[in-house]
Amino acid sequence: MSGSRAPDALWFPGASLGVVMLVTTAFLAVGQFATREQIAQAQSDDTRLQLEQILPAGYADNNLLTDTLQLAGPDGAPLTVHRARKQGVLRALLFEMSGYGYGGRIVLLMAVDVDGRIVGVRVTKHNETPGLGDKIEVARHDWIRFFDGKSLQQPAPARWAVKKDGGDFDQFAGATITPRAVVATVKKGLEFLAAHRPELTAEASGEAVPVSGEKP
Amino acid sequence: MSDSPSAKTVARDGLWDNNAVLGQMLGLCPAMAVTSSATNGLGMGLATMVVLVMSNALISSLRHWVSDEVRIPVFIVLIAGMVTLVDMCLNAWFHDLYKVLGIFIALIVVNCAVLGRAEAFASRQSAALSAFDGLATGLGFTLALTVMGALREITGAGTLFANAHLLLGPHFAFLETKVLPADSGALFMILPPGGFLALGLLIAGRRWLQRRADRRAAALTGAQAAH
Repeated sequence: MSGSRAPDALWFPGASLGVVMLVTTAFLAVGQFATREQIAQAQSDDTRLQLEQILPAGYADNNLLTDTLQLAGPDGAPLTVHRARKQGVLRALLFEMSGYGYGGRIVLLMAVDVDGRIVGVRVTKHNETPGLGDKIEVARHDWIRFFDGKSLQQPAPARWAVKKDGGDFDQFAGATITPRAVVATVKKGLEFLAAHRPELTAEASGEAVPVSGEKP
Repeated sequence: MSDSPSAKTVARDGLWDNNAVLGQMLGLCPAMAVTSSATNGLGMGLATMVVLVMSNALISSLRHWVSDEVRIPVFIVLIAGMVTLVDMCLNAWFHDLYKVLGIFIALIVVNCAVLGRAEAFASRQSAALSAFDGLATGLGFTLALTVMGALREITGAGTLFANAHLLLGPHFAFLETKVLPADSGALFMILPPGGFLALGLLIAGRRWLQRRADRRAAALTGAQAAH
């Protein structure tokens, strides 16, 4: 290297490397400490926004992040169900459901009202092909809104499939596996909810009083 | 101090003569991984540019305290530490921007173009010139990735700058154009093989332009000599 040189002493390279490591680590520790709360806050804001965006304005007035229930999901893993209430009355249940598409796991956030009708579905994580399968994102295409208002009765269970398979839902040109996976996952979510209806509604009526009581 | 290149040479090198992707073949991993659309290429390019300016300036100002034997690990630690700090700060205070750029930022650490500039330029030149070199190299990188993304997006999906509003804000929605009728693109261009193909075509294209320019320059000097 040209220019003024670093000291020639034998100990210098090792020591300087050590100092750089220490200083960088210190900076990272300070940075992590300074940003930790902000990041946690931003992430819980994200979750809350996701939960709220899926519901029509004024649909619920409770804190969706804290009003939750833990159940065993269809795959056995614990599943958090958020409950949307208006003036203490249970209106809808929100939960995540995942399935496997063309590029891996697709995570959906579903909101279903107490009568089993879908209020909204959004894809929160996926790895589908850009330009083809990613039309399941609401930012890129309206396709996902077609689920609004659907239930296990409407359409009939046999029609819960993409059109190519004789169902009611559009597939995308060049991408059938992705919409097929989403349709199956939404159906799985509805079935999960139907199977747990007794405990979810019982729990809801049992807790309606304390929840409204804890409001300021 | 060795003789430092002029700002003009630095700019020319970074943008064209020594373009990180198309000339030096550095940073090919992010170049192929994220260029499935022009918008993604632009986002990755801009994020890398910011890191290049900062890492070049930092490494240049520390160059007299770093001995040759340990310079590579020192540069790597500095670059990785800095990118991680930028990542955390963006996540905490510019969360909306982070949601758009988040996937790119962690990838910058593995971009050897950043280390390449630290080693080849910033460890020998003044901080100001190094920062400028970072800017020029970053712009060249952005240019290469955006063109590559555009090529793949047009041929693969038939669109150009699709979803630019997610990266640049709603004012830039006018950039989003449909070039080909919907769903008529060649899908493999936006899949990984298309990355290799587009990169190869662009490198060949740059070589061809370079050769043509060289031949013209040679013909010109030949003609002058004849006079």
